[in-house]
Amino acid sequence: MKDVPGRFGIFGGQYVPETVMNALIELEREFNSAIADEKFMEDYRYYLREYAGRPTPLYFAENLTKKLGGARIYLKREDLNHTGAHKINNVLGQALLAKRMGKRRVIAETGAGQHGVATATAAALFGMECEIFMGKEDIKRQALNVFRMKLLGARVTSVDGGTGTLKDAVNEALRHWVAHVDDTFYAMGSVVGPHPYPTMVRDFQRVIGDETRAQIMEKTGRLPDYIIACVGGGSNSMGIFYPFYEDKSVKLVGVEAGGMGLDSGQHAAKLSRGSIGVLHGMKTYVLQDDEGQIMPVHSISAGLDYPGAGPEHAFFKETGRAEYVCATDEEALGAFLALSKEEGIIPALESAHAAAHAMKLAPKLSEEDIIVVNLSGRGDKDVESIADLMGVKL
Amino acid sequence: MNRIDGKFNYLKKAGQKALITFITVGDPDPETTGELVVAMERAGADIVELGIPYSDPLADGPVIQRASDRALKAGTKIATCMQTAKSIREKCGIPLVFLVYYNSVFNYGPEKFAIDARNAGIDGIIIPDLPVEERNETAAIASSCGIHLIPLVAPTSHERIKNIVEGAGGFVYCISSKGVTGVREDIETDIKAYMEEVSRYTALPRALGFGISGPDMAKRFRDCCEGLIVGSAIVRLIEQGKDRRRMLSNVCEFVSRIKEVL
Repeated sequence: MKDVPGRFGIFGGQYVPETVMNALIELEREFNSAIADEKFMEDYRYYLREYAGRPTPLYFAENLTKKLGGARIYLKREDLNHTGAHKINNVLGQALLAKRMGKRRVIAETGAGQHGVATATAAALFGMECEIFMGKEDIKRQALNVFRMKLLGARVTSVDGGTGTLKDAVNEALRHWVAHVDDTFYAMGSVVGPHPYPTMVRDFQRVIGDETRAQIMEKTGRLPDYIIACVGGGSNSMGIFYPFYEDKSVKLVGVEAGGMGLDSGQHAAKLSRGSIGVLHGMKTYVLQDDEGQIMPVHSISAGLDYPGAGPEHAFFKETGRAEYVCATDEEALGAFLALSKEEGIIPALESAHAAAHAMKLAPKLSEEDIIVVNLSGRGDKDVESIADLMGVKL
Repeated sequence: MNRIDGKFNYLKKAGQKALITFITVGDPDPETTGELVVAMERAGADIVELGIPYSDPLADGPVIQRASDRALKAGTKIATCMQTAKSIREKCGIPLVFLVYYNSVFNYGPEKFAIDARNAGIDGIIIPDLPVEERNETAAIASSCGIHLIPLVAPTSHERIKNIVEGAGGFVYCISSKGVTGVREDIETDIKAYMEEVSRYTALPRALGFGISGPDMAKRFRDCCEGLIVGSAIVRLIEQGKDRRRMLSNVCEFVSRIKEVL
């Protein structure tokens, strides 16, 4: 499957300025040596357990299952992690690696602010200087997370260029890294970017799938029929998919942001509607016009508002190992409300996309069937914008 | 012979260094781009880089990002860039190099891109986000069209320089400092040592770019290399020029002041 490191079939690669090539090569070497080092992995597992609060539960959503009257639905509770989402798994790994490499500064991009908060958290924990790049539109939309990052001691830099959203924040973080490559570690937030990031982030997120596998075996004595997860860049989905790669009976379903509908042009469905291109150092599916200019994207959830998918997802799509579908803003909102009312769990709007697809699928299946939904984050951050959408004044 | 090689041969005999200037096609419009090239040649530019505007120019600082945005908003397409190059070529013989991000080439089709560029009179292509690891296919296609795929080296490249310059033609684009394009107050890299390092691996002309602010810096580095590349400082004059005639004369005056010291 992967004869060349950093390539997933034709996808992946390193389309970046020469200035950072040696830094990427060094990062790859250090990462490979770290994950083969039992002491490093011991530290990583220690912080996952004692600091992030892992393992997260695999919860049988009995009420939702009954209401839908079909497949049994299990929720992988990544929302219960410290800082409220799966992002911390990856950040703890990368921050430990940065420390091991002797870097004193860590930078990151953020869209909704979850990865920014997780990075600021790890920087505070390990005593590193931290700068977060965030689009100016997102800074307006996510004021609470901006303040959280500042409380944690991070500097938040507004990115005015382009569309002022996540894609531009990645551009600016990469530009900053090119200029400060000697003392700065770039903690990429998803399975995107140039090699080795897609591989490294996947390996730091696969703990989700590894735990899920053990937990579902213990609870039901067998593997699930479906695993459903949302795809922005694709780190929570790749994290839960990857350990099931060889289990062909397990259907992997990635749910993209359908926004206002695929025909509206207002969506972020790169795997469903995009074409192959190069963005942020990787060859993958992107939303672009016929000249290769990256197009503006839309989603109700800022975390899915990104025009490219991780290259390994592109490979999973191309080979048919995973299926990629969409949930619209409206469907995600419906699932957000349903999970809140039925299970007492307020999910992140990102994760609500995965739940929305599960709610469509479950009634068509029998009660023998098992669906696992990756509940990648909690919805506290979204409460204000949901209230706004519902016309409720807080 | 490729016009770039011809130009460097000529300059060597004349005891001069090359002045390579950069502007973005379509900023503010394609006609002005054409006029700028002709005017810069008269003012002393030896080679002109034509930037193809892109939505996500990773290697560029704010000045060239804004130029790209302006050009895209004005409706500049790749076909516009080909057409602009062609009409420049009808007017003058200056070597022309496209600066283009890889996704533009990839979507246009590398083969078609190289053929159309050659037919438009383009002599070289610079792709700032295509490192040596990814360039083989594109390099072969460009070379079959008689176009140089200009290699880029950085102060961080060191032992990588050997592979980067291998089989390359035209000149070596030597990035002066870590970071993106844009005028700098100062350049901290030890340019002399860096240029010597590059010359250990290749006899190709070395052109230094990124951050070159004007005649003073050009004077400081002229003896270390075979050419200097000036981009953002010129693009800024275009951005600030409210009156078209004034803008053209400002650019010409600036270009000739740099050429004087080379």
